[in-house]
Amino acid sequence: MSTELQPKDVLAKAEALRNSLSSGFRDEIVKSLYSEAESIAKRAVKTADNKRYDFDQKIDRLVTSPITGLPIMLLLLTIIIWLTVTGANVASNAIAVVLFAVGDFGRNLFTQIGAPWWLTGFIWDGVYLGLAWVISVMLPPMMIFFPAFTFLEDLGYLPRVAFNLDWMFKKTGAHGKQSLTMAMGFGCNAAGVIATRVIDSPRERLIAILTNNFVPCNGRFPTLIMLATVFVAAAFPPALTSFVAAGTVVGVVLIGVGFTFLASWILSRTVLKGEASAFTLELPPYRRPNVSRILYTSIIDRTIFVLWRAMQTAAPAGAIIWIMANVPIGDTNLARAVADWLNPLGLLLGLDGVILLAYIIAIPANEIVVPTMMMVYMGAGMMVNGPSSNEAIFDLLVNGNGWTMLTAINLMLFALLHNPCATTIMTIYKETKSLKWATLSVVMTLGTAFLVTFLTASVARLLGWV
Amino acid sequence: MTNTKTVLPTEHCETCPAFTQLEQMGIKVGDFDRVIALAGNPNTGKSTLFNALTGLKQHTGNWPGKTVTRAEGGFEFNKMRYKLVDLPGTYSLLSASQDEEVARDFILFGQPSCTIVVTDATALERNLNLVMQVMEITEHVVVAVNLMDEAQRKGLEVDTRSLSRDLGVPAIPITARTGEGIHTLLGAVADVIEGNITIKPLRVNGTPEFQKAVSELVPMIEQMAPGIPNARWLAIRLLDGDARVQNALTNGELADIVSRQQRVDVQFSKKMSVEGRQ
Repeated sequence: MSTELQPKDVLAKAEALRNSLSSGFRDEIVKSLYSEAESIAKRAVKTADNKRYDFDQKIDRLVTSPITGLPIMLLLLTIIIWLTVTGANVASNAIAVVLFAVGDFGRNLFTQIGAPWWLTGFIWDGVYLGLAWVISVMLPPMMIFFPAFTFLEDLGYLPRVAFNLDWMFKKTGAHGKQSLTMAMGFGCNAAGVIATRVIDSPRERLIAILTNNFVPCNGRFPTLIMLATVFVAAAFPPALTSFVAAGTVVGVVLIGVGFTFLASWILSRTVLKGEASAFTLELPPYRRPNVSRILYTSIIDRTIFVLWRAMQTAAPAGAIIWIMANVPIGDTNLARAVADWLNPLGLLLGLDGVILLAYIIAIPANEIVVPTMMMVYMGAGMMVNGPSSNEAIFDLLVNGNGWTMLTAINLMLFALLHNPCATTIMTIYKETKSLKWATLSVVMTLGTAFLVTFLTASVARLLGWV
Repeated sequence: MTNTKTVLPTEHCETCPAFTQLEQMGIKVGDFDRVIALAGNPNTGKSTLFNALTGLKQHTGNWPGKTVTRAEGGFEFNKMRYKLVDLPGTYSLLSASQDEEVARDFILFGQPSCTIVVTDATALERNLNLVMQVMEITEHVVVAVNLMDEAQRKGLEVDTRSLSRDLGVPAIPITARTGEGIHTLLGAVADVIEGNITIKPLRVNGTPEFQKAVSELVPMIEQMAPGIPNARWLAIRLLDGDARVQNALTNGELADIVSRQQRVDVQFSKKMSVEGRQ
């Protein structure tokens, strides 16, 4: 009987054999692999004339050209956002009218059957109002934005975006595929973080994970769209409103992309030092998008999924706000007291205490920031129905609560830059398996948000704009 | 009295509703007889094929690197239950990125009954590199030449018979988006598993001195872990200094697989002898 062979013996033998081989044996194998593949393919494939291929290449030359590539990208982004802004505005108002009418009906019903005031308030002014707000603010933009985005994805445009942005990412020391994960971030930052698995190098993958939050996810788009429409665009003639609003949102997105580059650059020169690695990116052929699949993916997988998640956090958030607004403290209530306490910090950042309170309550999901804020502003019982038009919102915020253009702009900046939502933080922790990186992702973004809003507020005050 | 002569399905059968041997089982995998792995370069339509077979709606998208984790689903074909595993798209199985490791580990350690390598008919040469690397690991390979419609539009004519002959494994033309060729593909998969067709996968040998080194190492690996299915591939990887394989060797992961495989074999022959008695 031979003696039992141990793994270490096999390893030692392999090592010895490896050293005995001439150094080029790996290249030799790879080379013969490639030449074999080439000759097999040559035998199997016959090429006729290919007009369509030429057409594809013509489009690609335009779409990925150093001169026209970026402008085309910006144009497409603007068109998508313009469609979203215009369409969502109409639908949002219609949905709000219906939902608030249902709220009225429910409240009356409860009063008639003699339900106690606190039950009526908790259900209809708390939980229901939170849900109604989230649906009317979020659903319409998602119904337009997601199908449009999925259309471009199905068409094969996204890899072209990666191609166009590759050199910029490389300059910052990050991976070119980061533009793909960044694009996924527009849908959902948690999804964008998971998508970074396509990046091979751990260093570059971490950069992509940490900076993903700098592009606004779909939960934050409605906030940006609302503020851009109600505030920035309101200063222009009505005919230009939708264009100014879309332009503003595009501007905010570009600021976010700018911060992605800046943060990547800083990270790759400090905690995540290293060179950008090369990679091959395949530009897939353009394919005719499949309409039913686009609708399925964008409505079921994305819209319903995101909305359901938002509703799950909006219902308890609505309940918490109602309770806070109805716990009396002296001659005020708990919500007001906390907001007042946060107010000095809020004002320092060009925001106010209510906004900060809304952000704290909305940590589980960014989607509910605006609804939360509105509910605190309106207070319990004072104004049971939500304002259902842009003018009413403008009136409530400016005349009722002292907002200025600075508040709106800084809130947009804050929404863009602040910490990831709880789901994304959890995803970052799961993907990096490190508390350190998850913490850094929060500290870095929140720090940036505080710093930037503080600077814009200070500059605006110094120049006497507010 | 039964007529033993079987009628072979023709192309027209595929679109005929009476010819529905394929039953989609979605995620209710539960009990299954066979495991099939779906490998392939990024963006060749693996997820589309996966959805067509399982009836699931895995998100498909036209960009490389979409599937980053593996997805599983089930289907029934000719009375056999299959579990289908959709692997991340990779260009090779040699480097150490996470998605390549997922794909390679599954083909090597997951021991699928058959691996379908989905290739892009419009970029066959590049796709074949992966096919050949998969064939180094396992013999049970069927090549699905997907996107035939796109190839046609580009004026490319793909001769899958020449491909089958050169590769030594079945190569089946399909269009996953419309479902064309899927039944033929599954037939080939069943044939490979049941041993109805002879497969002789093409292998790249390298230099003579490399071949000699491999042939010295293979018997040692087989002696150390008798019954190991991929001794040749393991030898090549060890000569290359692959850390992942070295670890699997030392921490007993390889031995586990062998013993697990043997248990399954014993169970299978027991089951056969019981059924045979009836």
